[in-house]
Amino acid sequence: MEAKPLMNLSFPIVGGDFTQAGEASSRIKRALQQIGIDPALVRRVAVSTYEAEMNIVIHAWSGELTLTIWPTYIEVVADDKGPGISNLELAMQEGFSTAPDRVRELGFGAGMGLPNIQRSSDELQVDTQVGQGTRVTMKINL
Amino acid sequence: MARYFHAVRLDEEKCKGCTNCIKRCPTEAIRVRDGKARIIEERCIDCGECIRVCPNHAKNAFTDEFSRRNKFAWNIALPAPALFGQFKQLHDPGAVLEALKALGFDSVFAVPQAADYVTLAMRDFLEQHGPGPWISSSCPAVVRFIQVRFPELIPSIMPLESPMEIAGMLARQQAAKELDIASEQIGVWFITPCPAKVTAIHQPVARGASNLTGAFSIADLYGELLKLLPDRASTTAFTASGLGLGWGRAGGENVAVAVDSHLAVDGIHNLVSLLEELEMGRLKDINFLECQACPEGCVGGALTVENPFVARVRLRKMAEQLPKEIHHLEDDYPAASAGDVFKLTGSIEPRPIMQLAENMLTAIQKMEQLSKIEEALPGLDCGACGSPNCRALAEDIVRGIASETDCVIKLRERVKDLASEMLDLAKKLPPAMGKGDSEEDDWHAG
Repeated sequence: MEAKPLMNLSFPIVGGDFTQAGEASSRIKRALQQIGIDPALVRRVAVSTYEAEMNIVIHAWSGELTLTIWPTYIEVVADDKGPGISNLELAMQEGFSTAPDRVRELGFGAGMGLPNIQRSSDELQVDTQVGQGTRVTMKINL
Repeated sequence: MARYFHAVRLDEEKCKGCTNCIKRCPTEAIRVRDGKARIIEERCIDCGECIRVCPNHAKNAFTDEFSRRNKFAWNIALPAPALFGQFKQLHDPGAVLEALKALGFDSVFAVPQAADYVTLAMRDFLEQHGPGPWISSSCPAVVRFIQVRFPELIPSIMPLESPMEIAGMLARQQAAKELDIASEQIGVWFITPCPAKVTAIHQPVARGASNLTGAFSIADLYGELLKLLPDRASTTAFTASGLGLGWGRAGGENVAVAVDSHLAVDGIHNLVSLLEELEMGRLKDINFLECQACPEGCVGGALTVENPFVARVRLRKMAEQLPKEIHHLEDDYPAASAGDVFKLTGSIEPRPIMQLAENMLTAIQKMEQLSKIEEALPGLDCGACGSPNCRALAEDIVRGIASETDCVIKLRERVKDLASEMLDLAKKLPPAMGKGDSEEDDWHAG
C-alpha cells in the first residue's frame, strides 16, 4: 500500500549549461530547509541532488529534477533525455568517467557522480536506455 | 530579557525608510514597516552590512561606554590586528600599544600575539583531524551566518576559540597573577573593527561567558589615538609575529596556518556561492577555508576608519618587518593544554530561521501557499512593500507578517479592478430614469 506524497517539486535542467548548473539543487535544498528537514539530512540530499544535476548537465541534452516528500523518506528523481549509460557497472565505479576533456578541465567529470550519490543516499536505482536517457532515483530516509 | 543581544541597532530619527539595507542584508533580516527599518532579531548576525550601506547613517553599532572602565581597578586594552593598519606613516606597531596606554589603559595585550597561538592550535588541529574542508571559526559573523543560513555546515566549522577570546583569557590570567587582584576587578576591552565582535563578547556562541568585559570601537578611539601616537621610536615591544598581525587582512589567516590547499573568501555576499558549493561536496580538495564577512578582511570592518584596501596593504608591509615565523613564541604556546584552552567548550547550534512552521505538514502547506503567492507577485523585487524581494514578501505573507496588498503593483491592480467595477456600476441607471445607454433601455425598446 503506497502512501500519498506530501509534496512534489520539479525543476527543468538544460544539458551543457554550466552557468545555471547547481541552481535546481540549490532550490531543492532551500525547500527542504523551509519545511524543517534536519540539517544533516539536507546536506546528504544536497550532495546527491547536485551530483545528479551535474550528470545531466555534463552528459545529457535535457532533464528534470523532481523532489518528492513521502511520509517516511525523501525521493529525488533525475530524469534525462540523453545518451544513456552503456555500461552501468563501470559507471558505478569510482573514478570511471566518460566526460569529455573540456568538461574535465572545468573540474567536473571526475567519475565520482554515481558513487557519491550511492554513498549519500539510502537507496539508489538507475534505469537507463542507450540513446534514450537515464532515470536516477534516490531515496533518503527521514 | 531579549533572546538575542545585537550590536547592530537602528536610530529611528535618522531612518528614512528607504530600501538600501533590506536589499543588502545577507540573511534578509530587515523589513521596512511604518516608514522605519525593523531588524528581525532571530535573523540578524551583526555583520554590519547595513551600517555600511545606510546613506542616512541610521544604522549603528553598540559599543561600550568608555567610562565603564572606571568600574575596574585594572583595565587592559586588546587591540585587534586591524587597528595597526589604520594609521598613515605608521611603521612601528609598538607605537599603537603606547598610544593605548597613554589613552588610559593600564596595560595592553596585542591580539596578534593570541593570533599566533591560535595559528599554532589550528596547525595542530589540522594535523590531527585530516582533510576538511575546515572552516575557520575566527569571524563571528561568519559563524552566525552559517548557523542561520547553512546549518548543514556547522560540523565543518573548526571548533577552536578566536584570537580575541584567547587574548582575553591570557591577559586576564596574567594580570590577576601579577597584581594579585580578583578577576572581577579587571576590565578587559577589545578595540574592535566590527559589531560582530561586540556581540561575540556580550553573547558568545558555544561558550558560557566571554573572557572580555566589553569592546570599544576603532572609529571612536581613532581621533584620540592619532594624537597620542609617539613621534619617537616606541619603547614598547611588539611581540607578535608578522603572521599574527596578518590576521587583520583577508588571506592573512591562510598565510599563517600555511596548510596545503587552502582558500580565502572575504565579503559576506561572496561567501554564499562558496558555501553552497562546499555544501554540495564540490570543494573536497580544500583543506582549510578562511572566511571573512567583511571585504578585505577585518580591516574592512564597519567600525574601521581607513580605506580597507589601503589598510590591507599597510598591514602586509608592516608584517614583513616582523618575525616570519612563530618560533619565538612556541615556548609560551600552551601546547600541553591545547585541547582544553583552544577548544570551544560549547557546541554551535543551528538557528533555523528558514523553517516555515514547526510541524512539517504545516510547513509543506505553507510552502505550497508560498509558491502560489510568489507566482502571482510581479517579480520586480522593488522592495517598496518593505520586504527585500518578491519571494521574501511571499514568505512574509505566509508567515502572517505581511499582506498581498503591501505590494504596490498588486494594490494598483486591485484599485484598477475596483475602478472598472465602479464604472460599470455607475453606468447602471434605475429603469425609472429612462435615458442612458443601460441594458434596460434595450429591454424597453424590445
